[in-house]
Amino acid sequence: MKYSIFSLARNALSYHERWPLAWRSPRPKPRYDAVIVGGGGHGLATAYYLAKEHGIANVAVLEKGYIGSGNTGRNTTIVRSNYHLDPNAHFYELSLKLWEGLAQDLNFNVMYSARGVLNLVHSPADMDAAMRRGNAMRLNGIDAQFLSRDEIARRIPNLDCSPGARFPILGGLLQPRGGTVRHDAVAWGYARAADARGVDIVQQCEVTGIRVEGGAVTGVDTTQGFIATARVGFAVAGNSSRLAAMAGLRLPIESHALQAMVSDPVKPVLDTVVTSGAVHFYISQSDKGELVMGGDLDFCNSYAQRGNLPIVEHVVSACLALFPSFGRLKVMRTWGGICDMTMDGSPIIGNLPVKGLTMTGGWNYGGFKATPASGFLHAHTIARGAPHPLNAAFTLERFAAGATIDEKGAGPTPWAH
Amino acid sequence: MLLIPCPWCGMRAQVEFTYGGDATVRRPAPDAPADAWVAYVYLRDNPAGPHDELWQHSAGCRQWLRVRRDTRTHEILGSSPPGDPPDGDAR
Repeated sequence: MKYSIFSLARNALSYHERWPLAWRSPRPKPRYDAVIVGGGGHGLATAYYLAKEHGIANVAVLEKGYIGSGNTGRNTTIVRSNYHLDPNAHFYELSLKLWEGLAQDLNFNVMYSARGVLNLVHSPADMDAAMRRGNAMRLNGIDAQFLSRDEIARRIPNLDCSPGARFPILGGLLQPRGGTVRHDAVAWGYARAADARGVDIVQQCEVTGIRVEGGAVTGVDTTQGFIATARVGFAVAGNSSRLAAMAGLRLPIESHALQAMVSDPVKPVLDTVVTSGAVHFYISQSDKGELVMGGDLDFCNSYAQRGNLPIVEHVVSACLALFPSFGRLKVMRTWGGICDMTMDGSPIIGNLPVKGLTMTGGWNYGGFKATPASGFLHAHTIARGAPHPLNAAFTLERFAAGATIDEKGAGPTPWAH
Repeated sequence: MLLIPCPWCGMRAQVEFTYGGDATVRRPAPDAPADAWVAYVYLRDNPAGPHDELWQHSAGCRQWLRVRRDTRTHEILGSSPPGDPPDGDAR
């Protein structure tokens, strides 16, 4: 069924009791042309683009819990493409372009809101870095705009722009097309659209083993039995190392917990995404009215999907230093997700050294905004057996070859990116 | 908040410590082949379970220590001075 004003009106007449299910819940078939492990945004997008762009619809997406229950539902919903290095800039710009048309493409309202992403500048060194990055973005055809302190004070009246602020604000780099997307809707929209093209979405189905014979994938063992396939794609960021280990591989990745939190909901007070690299803090207001905040990793390896209080305190104190008026709000919920932190801070999208095995992962802090391009390029890599020009740089081999893509210049210390 | 048993100072709060990463990686010999260096610099087991890791008591005695911690639960299973532990690596 196509969602439209007419279907809405028709279903209103039946008290919304006759909406069809958005996707099926099939038992897995014994064999597929491709199996995608991970039913988050990345895995569902991979399956959708395999079916849509490459005509490969005999595909299963295997999810150990329910779709969108991992990082897709745990991020701070920010989308942007304000990167300096060329491979990252072009990759994330493809993603932002896909976000802009995604609701129409999927016939599902993902609530993309181009409210702008503003990176605050607190020091002359920050200023040089912001100018350099802004100019690099514009050379790559990406929107970037430098705002003076006065312009920021006018646009965001509750941000402390006074000279006496704990972190004085000298200006900021704005990407107007950046913004937020309703994260759960991304999983649901891709799931519904992939299912409509014939993809089987199998929930409560955990992969327990990868079968490899003669250097090639032959199938996966799961909690719902063995599934034969010659092509397996991992889209399991946070757990990429665990899946790769089932195929005998070690990855340049560590798993770390990243926390986020929301305040109680209030009337509209903040219509832009505001971030500060210097204090490592980002904030936006959801459509429900909650202020959504995040900051640093917890800085030690973790698979626990929750964090510790010192980071909560850090995030809240950064928030109050920048927005003193938010001091009356209460933190309503905190949670954690597990990030694949790579050795250069950039993702891995491509073939693994086992025939038929691919991955999209290693997302560090930036997985949600990458979802459409990640799926698009992962699908291309699976269908063609070779990467698309836009993910050709994001190989696993780049580490051994010395061709790392280190946006921050932090070196092989995964928790420093 | 983690409580980390420093072998020299006793139980101290996590905020006194700085994380130093996987304690099981070993620097190869200078003339080791390139893939041994790639593994040393870039590749990690990244286990879900007991993990041997280095921490520095940077706001305390400033000594490095080796902590065994379960990455699924954050439970700390023990600590020792840096170097090889008496019972071998966690993995």
